Amino acid sequence: MSVPLALPRWADLVLLPAVCLAVALAVAAGVVALVGQSPPEVMVALVHGAFGTLRGLSYTLYYATTFIFTGLAVAVAFHGGLFNIGGEGQAVMGGLGTGLAALYLSASLPAWAMLPIMLIAGMLFGMLWASVPAYLQAYRGSHVVITTIMFNFIASSILVYLLVNHLRPKGNMALESALFAPSAKLPGMQQALAWLGVEWPASPLNLSLVLALMACVAVYLFLWRSRAGYRLRAVGSSASAAQYAGINAKHQTLIAMAVSGALAGMVGMNEIAGVSGKLILEFVGGAGFTGIAVALMGRNHPVGILFASLLFGALFQGGAEVAFDVPGFSRDMVVMLQGLIVLFSGAMTYVIAPLVAGGLRLLPGVSGARRG
Amino acid sequence: MKEAAPLAVQMRGIHKRFGAVKANVDVSLSVRAGTVHGLVGENGAGKSTLMSVLYGFYQADSGAIAVNGQEVDIRNADDAIALGIGMVHQHFMLVETLSALENVMLGAEPHWLLRRATAQLRGKLEALMQSTGLQVQLDALVADLAVGDRQRLEILKALYRGARVLILDEPTAVLTPQETLQLFEVLKGLRQQGTTIILITHKLKEVMALCDFVTVMRAGQVVQELPIAAATMESLAEAMVGRKVQMGRLDGDVHQAGEVLLSAQELELRDALQVLRLSNVSLELRAGEIVGIAGVSGNGQSELLDVLSGLLAPSKGELTICGQVFTPAHWLDPQTARKLGLAHVPEDRHARALVMDFCAWESAVLGYESLPSFSRGPWMRIDAMHQATVDMMERFDVRPRDTALLSSKFSGGNQQKLVLARELGQTPKVLLVGQPTRGVDIGAIEFIYSQLRAMRDAGCAVLLVSSELDEILALSDRVIVMNQGRIAGELDIADCTEAGLGLLMTGASQ
Repeated sequence: MSVPLALPRWADLVLLPAVCLAVALAVAAGVVALVGQSPPEVMVALVHGAFGTLRGLSYTLYYATTFIFTGLAVAVAFHGGLFNIGGEGQAVMGGLGTGLAALYLSASLPAWAMLPIMLIAGMLFGMLWASVPAYLQAYRGSHVVITTIMFNFIASSILVYLLVNHLRPKGNMALESALFAPSAKLPGMQQALAWLGVEWPASPLNLSLVLALMACVAVYLFLWRSRAGYRLRAVGSSASAAQYAGINAKHQTLIAMAVSGALAGMVGMNEIAGVSGKLILEFVGGAGFTGIAVALMGRNHPVGILFASLLFGALFQGGAEVAFDVPGFSRDMVVMLQGLIVLFSGAMTYVIAPLVAGGLRLLPGVSGARRG
Repeated sequence: MKEAAPLAVQMRGIHKRFGAVKANVDVSLSVRAGTVHGLVGENGAGKSTLMSVLYGFYQADSGAIAVNGQEVDIRNADDAIALGIGMVHQHFMLVETLSALENVMLGAEPHWLLRRATAQLRGKLEALMQSTGLQVQLDALVADLAVGDRQRLEILKALYRGARVLILDEPTAVLTPQETLQLFEVLKGLRQQGTTIILITHKLKEVMALCDFVTVMRAGQVVQELPIAAATMESLAEAMVGRKVQMGRLDGDVHQAGEVLLSAQELELRDALQVLRLSNVSLELRAGEIVGIAGVSGNGQSELLDVLSGLLAPSKGELTICGQVFTPAHWLDPQTARKLGLAHVPEDRHARALVMDFCAWESAVLGYESLPSFSRGPWMRIDAMHQATVDMMERFDVRPRDTALLSSKFSGGNQQKLVLARELGQTPKVLLVGQPTRGVDIGAIEFIYSQLRAMRDAGCAVLLVSSELDEILALSDRVIVMNQGRIAGELDIADCTEAGLGLLMTGASQ
């Protein structure tokens, strides 16, 4: 039997993730050393690749943007007591919605009308795609974890089918749609900052980052400032207490998954509207699953998710640079590092937390434990 | 009284702190062999910490323990078991998917071959059951055993491992009155055979009925240790709380009831398996009266509360609340109930009344979050909610006064005070209260009683469901007894005797 665990809030939110990250990096350094590379060299290359140049930073932020969307999606569902593994599929469908809107409307509509329509179409598609498992969970008792996993497969199959059979221009061998008209292009950060007179290197980073930051604020306001979010969290924490309060748990399940799906559906704005300018096959690329790790590490809070997304963005970008710069260091090593971070900051948090609590208790003047 | 009996357990000068909290301060405890020793105190008084030190869960910061006169060092539960100390926890430590026999064997297999082990064990256990009177079906799955059986199994397990000192933590909290009596017979038998028993409890009646000695703890310290002959319920209660407490019925507490505010006609409820849970239940609640629902737990009281509060729709019957009529097809829902002025303090604080992961202020508006004073459009008025919580905490003396503290971090009594503050705060016309003082300290019980009486005096119709007969007798103006989902009888408080109600509760008079 262990002493009830209680960390002060600051330690829980800042210190613990930092310690987890440090442990993951230390273990990764060990592995790097084992394969005969120098850990400091790799580390420097990674940090420099991710943050050292404006271009690197742009890539980092570009990756982070997608993770923010999928991380928020997982977090909202989680607060409603649901484990939404379907971020990947919802992002695929969202991108499809964004892409379809652009394909059919971009030739005739100006950008100021086109871009909001694409955003709304993406959110709507993601939302609808998440609503089916939500309905099955709420009214038929099919577990949302199972159904959302299945829906990931269905979503990617639908995208392949549509691209192969309908959206691909005749005679085009590549699995992609026709290019959208320019009005469907979300301005890149280089372009946007140029309007403000700031010089910025060319990169995939686009205004979706602003959208992602707004989504963070919106999710915070929804969950902790609105009555709807209060009810959603009540159901997520205690369905029986929510029933006592007169809250319909089935409705909350639908709401949580719909909001979650809409957030995941915004990925298309970054990847389709912001970068590719056409509907392509692998635009989500596992970000829906990375979102689970991001939410886990970010403690399902928008601020935490922001930082976790930045970290994972940096790993993607820095990792690519390391694989490029350091001879003999393959991309697989970067995947390993990501795996270690997920392992230590997600799964092993509660192994590390007592050690942190124990360490704090040794410090004078810090009352680490409150007896429950 | 065995004055000359040697000391089975002696703890001297035990200190234990958790961070800034001093859980045990210079605590000394002497338990004589072959006696039942009561350890009483309010929640957080340090009883459980002290016993955890004895059982090896915690190490004392300083102090000495002697078992049977030998100084010992108990570093973990294995050490304690080796010294013949056994503990039965409030929450049973049993594997539900294993049989009773397998549970006893778990971790103490007498042979590496399972078949030999079970054969040996069965023989020993049957002898043990014979000599102690602790009868358990050895081959039944624990999941299928009643709560009382599980407790007997826990005791059997401790005895099988050679316990000569048995620590029981709130053993009667989960038992019906009948099971409690059975348990006491068993414990008396064990005492006769020389087993030493330490009984942690806050029910003073049980202490008086069973114990030879009693130690009272308050705020981490021992305030009294005396033979039971020298103790009275009143003196023990006073020692526990640190002041005089009024628990019984107030003198001259007779009330004139007013108009009928809630009327239920011929309620019938069947559960998912079509088992009849409520049958032909009709009752009326009038303004300015407290109606007590007495009965052994599980005889339909919980279902009745759920039906009347709108959490469950009955299969038949009719309900009228403040003039509004509800039928099973269009039953009351909790939100409508609140709007009609019906407040509900549920039996289960943890599952129903509070969201344990919510801050105090979030739990303090549960069910009332849509009130105009708490909302602005779709947004919550968090300042107003905080302020309301501060007021509630002030009025009902909820400690600590920290609106941002998680609901789960409050003690049972303070959680209950917060729930009462919330439900009484909107001046309801009808109040449904389930087990208002379950797991609540004596000091808080007195306060809760006074609040319920105040509601009644203000013209509220109060329905009180409690499995504590004393509570029913102390508060009610009228008592309805339930048995097997039916109303077994209805009595005015003047006609109530404990014996008479007991007969109705067991269904004997039918």
